[in-house]
Amino acid sequence: MSPSRVVIVGAGQGGLQAAISLRQNGFDGAITLIGAEPGLPYQRPPLSKAYLLDGKAEALTLRPASFFESKQVTYLPDTRMLEIDRGACEVRLDGVGGDRRLGYDHLILATGTRNLRPPIDGLEHAFDLRTLADAGRLREALAAPRRIAVIGGGFIGLEFAAVARKLGHEVRVIEAAPRLMARAVSPAMSRHFEAWHRAQGVALHLGRAAIGVDAAGVALDDGARVEADFVLLAAGVRPNTELAEAAGIETVNGVSVDAQLLTSDPAISALGDCASFPDPRSGAMVRLESVQAATDHARLIAARIAKGACPDYAAVPWFWSDQGDQKLQIAGFAGPAATEEVVADGLVARFDAGGLAAVETVNNARTHMKARRLLAPGGSADLAALKDAIFA
Amino acid sequence: MIKVTYVAHDGTETVIEAEEGTSVMQAAVSNDVEGIVGECGGSMMCATCHCYVDEAWEARTGQRSDDEDEMLEGAASEVTERSRLSCQIKLDPSLDGLVVHLPEEQL
Repeated sequence: MSPSRVVIVGAGQGGLQAAISLRQNGFDGAITLIGAEPGLPYQRPPLSKAYLLDGKAEALTLRPASFFESKQVTYLPDTRMLEIDRGACEVRLDGVGGDRRLGYDHLILATGTRNLRPPIDGLEHAFDLRTLADAGRLREALAAPRRIAVIGGGFIGLEFAAVARKLGHEVRVIEAAPRLMARAVSPAMSRHFEAWHRAQGVALHLGRAAIGVDAAGVALDDGARVEADFVLLAAGVRPNTELAEAAGIETVNGVSVDAQLLTSDPAISALGDCASFPDPRSGAMVRLESVQAATDHARLIAARIAKGACPDYAAVPWFWSDQGDQKLQIAGFAGPAATEEVVADGLVARFDAGGLAAVETVNNARTHMKARRLLAPGGSADLAALKDAIFA
Repeated sequence: MIKVTYVAHDGTETVIEAEEGTSVMQAAVSNDVEGIVGECGGSMMCATCHCYVDEAWEARTGQRSDDEDEMLEGAASEVTERSRLSCQIKLDPSLDGLVVHLPEEQL
């Protein structure tokens, strides 16, 4: 029996995609989409890139208000989930109209992540970059010349650093790991971006942890200080899983789901940044923070709900990061144990026991697309096959 | 405002008006035109805003770039000489009245 009331908690790109795909698959039951932020659902990736430069908030909107009317999707902005009552199949909500309960036949958790707050004194002096409101505050701050410190040398911190530097600000990046983007890319690709950011005049403090923030800057763990009149905290995120956990749903670094993206409760699915799912290639449980995972998860869940069955999740992951004129593209997903093979400048292949795991490229869409095809399900490429495909 | 006509695979026409500087992808998404996905928001990371520029407009929309060409290799539907990623076509007054055709599938 297919469910007649679907509730989606989280109105980011994945949550909205679930609503879109449910209707595209012919689902004719009730859909309620719940978002914690005000306004219409919007894209987050440009917040650390184009939006900081152009300030065009309307270009970020994923669907106009007319979409929700014509597709009969009830959208509740400015609304938070307080509790999942699995026994009653209800969620308790706090928003316009106060505390209330909403029943579901199927619940989709698309709760995303929130910024990690490391144990650093004085973090109230630091800015965040996660929401449109955050990005708006950053744009205002960037209007006057600044000495900027960025805590965290991952995608968000470095994308912001590249924009701020381009606007003429003094920029220093503090990264506790010995290299940039250490969780996401190979050491060789870290070095490529380290050299590029330094060439732009960005100062990098690698292998140094921030221990305190105040109005005059950041204190580092070696006793040094980074003078700054503006500090951005970009030290990663953590998945929003507390309410699922409190409801007795299994969570391990995210809400655990199977290859059908179902949680330990068959009436509840989870998708995107908050979900820990089996990597189709290796079978290992992974949690990815990307538009691709969020939307591909959403499509599978919607098809399963609307049609009753669908093949297991098998999408090839892809990521991108625009840092100035350097477009980093990653096809596939490499675990921490993967080896690296520098094929050419700005082209790194990563391998594990199952063969080719990921390909990292800079300003090289051609190789990126070839890599995505090589990594498609059923494929297993070695270095020779990769080189054949790239240099053919 | 610049007028754009989207012709769906089944022949349904949707006419919208968009501001100068908007991309053909963004104009479709903002007006809830079905058949354009635009998953990456115009970052040329996906090929889900694929369109076929109407023959009469081909000269005015210009050539696709090398990167665009590579991304189109990942398109779900057939790629022809008139295929473009609609995020890469920016509307200006010379494109007022533009007609684009949409593929059967974007994914």
